[in-house]
Amino acid sequence: METTIFYIISAIILVFSVLTVTTTKILRAAVYLLFTLVATAAFYFMMEYNFLAAVQLTVYAGGIVVLIIFSILLTHQINLDLKKINSIKKITSGLVSLFGFILIGNIIYTHTFKATSSVIADTSVNEIGRTLLNYGDGGYILPFEVISVLLLAAMIGAIIIAKKK
Amino acid sequence: MIEGIEIQHIILVSSLMFFIGVYGFMTRKNLITMLMAIELMLNAVNINFVAFNKYLHPENMQGHFYSLFIIAIAAAEAAVAIAIIINLYRNLHSIDVEDVNNMKH
Repeated sequence: METTIFYIISAIILVFSVLTVTTTKILRAAVYLLFTLVATAAFYFMMEYNFLAAVQLTVYAGGIVVLIIFSILLTHQINLDLKKINSIKKITSGLVSLFGFILIGNIIYTHTFKATSSVIADTSVNEIGRTLLNYGDGGYILPFEVISVLLLAAMIGAIIIAKKK
Repeated sequence: MIEGIEIQHIILVSSLMFFIGVYGFMTRKNLITMLMAIELMLNAVNINFVAFNKYLHPENMQGHFYSLFIIAIAAAEAAVAIAIIINLYRNLHSIDVEDVNNMKH
């Protein structure tokens, strides 16, 4: 059962990723990207990282895609047909990507992955919150605070850049 | 861990997704679609982190937290990138990378 669901989700991810980078309508590309991100959240649900899946759905699917669609609307390109790219560029980019994939795939299949332990960590929201704000061993308080400063800086920067002169 | 699925399969899916993103980044000329390709790549990396965490080191959650931070950084990056794109559109009435050569020299 789970195997079947995994392959269905993988197929959804791959098909919609390809459509995202090949479709000629820009708004459609944004919607296909949304499908890819939701399918990724399904992966996280299958691996029982429920909090991460919820973050993926709210921040990626709910935030970034809406932001991208807004920017498409603000730049008056709803019905824009993207320019055709010449086939030489298509072929060279395709070859580079294919070469990279073959390289990585080769490494994946020759390397043996070994699990270090069979103890499964507690992934409840309670435990995640404790670890994020823990300043002892294995805590993540420093990156957490740095991210908050980064988000503030990005917000101010975005306002200053986008505001009318 | 997903029942009956090897880690190699998940990594293969995510690396395919990453290279689809690379292909999109190289072929697209519109800035917004290039941003979408970058989001695809970031997403593929996130899947990798989570899969390695779940399959190889299930006793701790470093991959999980890295993915969380990557998602936060991706949000900040998208916000700034879109502010720049809107500003460019206001000045040049185009968001094609080939028209954006003001700061080239």
